[in-house]
Amino acid sequence: MDGMQEIVAEFLVESREGLDQLDRDLVALEETPDDKELLARIFRCAHTVKGTSGFLGFTKLEALTHAGESLLSRMRDGEIRLDDAKTTALLAMVDAIRAMLDEVEVGATDGDKDYSELTETLRQMAAGEAVQIKRSEPVAPAAPPAPVHIAPEPAVEEPIAVDAHAPAQHESHTANETVRVDVGLIDHLMDFAGELVLTRNQIMQMPSTRADALSSAAAQRLNLITIALQEGIMRMRMQPVDSVFSKFPRIVRDLARGCRKLVRVELEGKNTELDKTLIEAIKDPLTHLIRNAVDHGIEPPDVRQARGKPAEGRILVRAFHQGGQVNIEMSDDGAGIPLDKVKAKALARNLVTPEQVAGLTEPELTSLIFLPGFSTADQVTNVSGRGVGMDVVKTNVEAIGGTVEVETQLGKGTTFRLRIPLTLAIVPALLVASGSDRFAVPQVNLLELVRVEEGRNEQLIEYVHGAPVYRLRGKLLQLIFFDEQIGRPSSVSRTSFYIVVLQASGRQFGLVVENVTGQQEIVVKPLPKQVKDIGIFAGATILGDGRVALILDTLGLAQRGHVVSEIRERAALPKLSDLVLAAQERCTYLLFRGPDDGRMAIPLASVARLEIIRTDQLEPSGEHEAIQYRDDIMPVVPVERVVIERRSRPRSDAPEASNNEANVIVFGRPGAYMGLVVADILDIVEGPVTLQHAGTRPGVAGTLILQSRIAEILDLDYVLSAVLGEEQARSLLKSA
Amino acid sequence: MEQLCTFYLDSYFLAVDALRVQEVLRQQPLTQVPLAPPAIKGLMNLRGQIVPVVDLRHRFGFAPLPPGKKSFNVLLRGQDGLVSFLVDRVADVIEVPSEDFEPIPETLQGEGRRLLRGAFKLEKRLLLVLDAVRAMDASEL
Repeated sequence: MDGMQEIVAEFLVESREGLDQLDRDLVALEETPDDKELLARIFRCAHTVKGTSGFLGFTKLEALTHAGESLLSRMRDGEIRLDDAKTTALLAMVDAIRAMLDEVEVGATDGDKDYSELTETLRQMAAGEAVQIKRSEPVAPAAPPAPVHIAPEPAVEEPIAVDAHAPAQHESHTANETVRVDVGLIDHLMDFAGELVLTRNQIMQMPSTRADALSSAAAQRLNLITIALQEGIMRMRMQPVDSVFSKFPRIVRDLARGCRKLVRVELEGKNTELDKTLIEAIKDPLTHLIRNAVDHGIEPPDVRQARGKPAEGRILVRAFHQGGQVNIEMSDDGAGIPLDKVKAKALARNLVTPEQVAGLTEPELTSLIFLPGFSTADQVTNVSGRGVGMDVVKTNVEAIGGTVEVETQLGKGTTFRLRIPLTLAIVPALLVASGSDRFAVPQVNLLELVRVEEGRNEQLIEYVHGAPVYRLRGKLLQLIFFDEQIGRPSSVSRTSFYIVVLQASGRQFGLVVENVTGQQEIVVKPLPKQVKDIGIFAGATILGDGRVALILDTLGLAQRGHVVSEIRERAALPKLSDLVLAAQERCTYLLFRGPDDGRMAIPLASVARLEIIRTDQLEPSGEHEAIQYRDDIMPVVPVERVVIERRSRPRSDAPEASNNEANVIVFGRPGAYMGLVVADILDIVEGPVTLQHAGTRPGVAGTLILQSRIAEILDLDYVLSAVLGEEQARSLLKSA
Repeated sequence: MEQLCTFYLDSYFLAVDALRVQEVLRQQPLTQVPLAPPAIKGLMNLRGQIVPVVDLRHRFGFAPLPPGKKSFNVLLRGQDGLVSFLVDRVADVIEVPSEDFEPIPETLQGEGRRLLRGAFKLEKRLLLVLDAVRAMDASEL
């Protein structure tokens, strides 16, 4: 009896896996109805279920799958073509099989539900064009170019009893290569590995005087084994997000049909791997978001066309690793979230007071949709609009330490961004010290480590408009003082410290710390709720000496230190793909006052230095003026000279008139410097990489919205060529 | 009858449900959490588990213990995992008849009042019952 139960259990697991594949394949087949390989795979799957269910005596299940199989067999042979009705019927069959499998699991029978109608439909469809079903087989060998390895061909001809053996043999081949393991067991192993890592750390930290040669060799071996073990277990737990993503085409297809909409899903980054527990945790939130996108986001085709959009809506789901986190973005090109409606609804439901609403910014208004009990759907549909949902999405994602952001543009679309942090994982980290406390910086966010000592480096810290920067190989790196960020008096000595160069949201910045104490593999543990919302800590870990250390959240630190803006500036969203791109490709600009008091900017990365020069030291040199600079002659040009003023109004030629000093932005490198005199350095700000409009005068490459005001971007190419001559300019630009 | 784990905090004689108490420890090494609410004294390592430590003195508005004086950790099972309360000294586990439970006396005022569920009138003194859930609630800190 036990043996029988085992067979049934195996049948359930296998069939369910097959059905998931079937779902995907059927939807895919709708796109490419002539794909023989797909058809063959679908057929094989249905055939396997039919065979085994017949063997196990589930007659209803068998009858249904048999009817489906007959239809599939004729499609595979090219006699019947897939159409909408047939896809729907076949998908209904998949659902029915699932329902019956559930019955089998609890009651060991295929249940009392009647599927004879569906069975009959499938049978009629199979019979639809040809008169006889059974006799059509002889055509089979001619039609398909036999892409099949394990002969499914005899399936229909042979008696059912024989069929049952065929799949069984087939399974026994593959069973040798993979083993099914209980997830709970892996979780346990993971915990043990975590403890082993901690113990290993303790042993490695023992004073070396106490360890004789023998035990240190043993410790070394322990170290190696621990690393290997931990990597193996980690890999065991990783799964591609595809296991969640692959369900989306079917969900969207069914929903779109139900709402009479045309929707296309595009999936990117399906192979992005995530810890299994995290995959589980994001499944429901993502499913909810995609249902919402179809139901609320995408408009009906007629509305879309009236708005000048293609009738078919588009949902882009994208997964990618960034800075030790997995980002998942879901963008639709639908109606966007109407903020006035959000406002009205939130008020009507007493979720906020009128006073509160009045003070909210647009992004804050948008995030009202995450409040419990909120729903903007005018009508309650069976898909969404019951007032449960977005708050659950937020809670679920936050439960695993992640965040959800939403960005919307009325009429253009909505993008949801999920940031899933590293939890439950063992990661290499750098340990930095502040006073007597140590903090861990995950190495995924770490670019390099710079030790700064007076005397050795030419310059310590410089200030640009009050913001501390460090010149790292000729590029300006924004600095954040760690002590300051955590609200402590500075422990960093002015003459010797470390700069931990980190990356967040594609931006680099330097974290100034007192000391670096080493690196270690750490087991990331979630923070207790009481300290979860501080924003600059991603988790905690236990160090080799048993003490708890906090893990820094690079992005949180960057936001707190204003290196990246917390709420992204809203740029025009011309296309969906641009919207996704724009969010990523941002860079830092140096903002300065240009001619006619306009705002001009230049990418900070192209700036070598900022200097204040004495104008009485300027000497004429050829066309331009020049100054001695670092044992070199640097041509210096006022910005008015290279960027043509729009208004010709009388003004004193030199902006530096008052105190004989001038702000100079230095470009180039030793031996080929060039200085640009500007009236004022305004700020360092973040902005999109892509220019929004082309330049309208020489010297201007284009314009951008920075800090919600227009700024002209200096055409460095043009300026360098004008001052240094084309040849030198080109070599400079190339080296940059 | 109710089983209560009792402890001293400044002038208070306090108690929590003994069934919620996992263990009691002498003062443990702590890791401070910068920017955390002031009542969060830090995080401690309990056999591989990271446990937040709540300074009950701070919650009740009492002055901190004089330096050099060690406190005790009372570890309670909360909804979101273990939480450790720092107290001055741990006393006995006692049994008291449930019907002796009374609301908090009017004479007790201040922040402390919100953190108490009620009191038991013992022979010699008043035993105040801590509202442990509220005392560890992240949103109240």
